[in-house]
Amino acid sequence: MSAKVKLATVWLGGCSGCHMSFLDLDERLIELAAKVELCLSPLVDTKFKDFPDVDVTLVEGAVANVEHVEMLHTIRARSKLVIAFGDCAVSGNITAMRNTFTVDEVMNRAYRETVAVVKGVPVGDDLVPKLLAKVKPLHELVTIDHYLQGCPPSADRIWELVTALLDGRAPKLERRFG
Amino acid sequence: MSVKTLTIDGKMMTGVEGDTVFTVAFHNQVQIPRLCHLGGIPDVGACRMCLVEVEGRSKLSASCMTTIEEGMVVRTDTETLREYRKLLMELLLAEGNHVCSVCVSNGNCELQALAAYLGVDHVRVPYRHPRREVDLSHERFGLDHNRCIACTRCVRTCDEVEGAHVWDMAGRGEKLHLVADLGEPWGDSENCTKCGKCVQVCPTGALFTKGSAVGEMEKDRSFLKYIVYGRERHQWVKKP
Ligand code: SF4
Ligand code: SF4
Ligand code: SF4
Ligand code: FES
Repeated sequence: MSAKVKLATVWLGGCSGCHMSFLDLDERLIELAAKVELCLSPLVDTKFKDFPDVDVTLVEGAVANVEHVEMLHTIRARSKLVIAFGDCAVSGNITAMRNTFTVDEVMNRAYRETVAVVKGVPVGDDLVPKLLAKVKPLHELVTIDHYLQGCPPSADRIWELVTALLDGRAPKLERRFG
Repeated sequence: MSVKTLTIDGKMMTGVEGDTVFTVAFHNQVQIPRLCHLGGIPDVGACRMCLVEVEGRSKLSASCMTTIEEGMVVRTDTETLREYRKLLMELLLAEGNHVCSVCVSNGNCELQALAAYLGVDHVRVPYRHPRREVDLSHERFGLDHNRCIACTRCVRTCDEVEGAHVWDMAGRGEKLHLVADLGEPWGDSENCTKCGKCVQVCPTGALFTKGSAVGEMEKDRSFLKYIVYGRERHQWVKKP
């Protein structure tokens, strides 16, 4: 393969734990850097203003607000392969635990019933994206090509998936759920 | 007691009259997926995970509720069955609130392990996210309704093994839930002997010992083996 594979990683409604696990690839990151161009990621500075056309995107986190919805559709349109990266992306996981409550209840708990620095619920207008009524896993909105389980997925599982995709073979992942 | 011969997955097997397809298969190293069945307590056919194909029957049968017949031909692992079981599992996961990453049973859960075994990598039906309670009124144990799959193992064990009959199911459909005594908090139950047997047989993290952190709840069902060997062989040992 002459041209480097274009990779992006995105962080939606998650805790960044999956990205931390990605960093746990440690020295394997150097090997990876030789094979891929990391186009866009919370881990690196980027020359792209907009989401670029890429081969593979790892998406961490669930879809929790209106910005995530827009972002996910853009990612799907511009990525050849979209990977649900970690349990929040796969099932909603922790991020979706608020789904048993209404958004008002959630906001009241966060800003009124607990100790808050600023009194009342912040309005934010256009600055803070509006929360969706229900948090959703990625596949409820777009087609997903691979699901990587784990909260977070271990570096070894990430490595197996990424190298399999680079080599164009099926990943050999031990079956697990959650 | 008459002996019956049948074919399961192409192999000839024998059992005695009254045995279920599940049990005969199990004794012949054919493991049919199951959730509500547990050796040592009566079967109720609550989960349908043990579905099999029986030649000559148009419907699928729950193997734990199907008694063997002479000449029966059974298949336990076909494409159709695998797909049905997978969907059943996805329905179970979507019905309650299963957040394995923060569950006491993470890594030691029968539901989670079976989901992985069946190849569930995501849930294709929309999650319901029902609002359910957690009962922490008991001094030693907890009940998290979010993780209960209504298998009734606890109900049957408390009734048939401990003889206390604390548990019952109440409500129907999506309102189906476990109740202690007549619907009291578990801690107020006058019948509960605090033996913990229900906790040990529960396949999920719904029933747990208080003080367990994420992934710490491991269940021990050896007491059931002890009872089964005692009952069947009149030997009070844990291993035959
Ligand atoms: S009961 Fe099992 S499947 Fe449900 S959250 Fe706990 S570990 Fe996961
Ligand atoms: S602790 Fe024992 S008596 Fe109490 S509900 Fe559970 S099985 Fe029944
Ligand atoms: S509490 Fe556990 S054993 Fe009882 S019905 Fe629910 S899942 Fe089954
Ligand atoms: S194991 Fe047979 S129906 Fe549950």
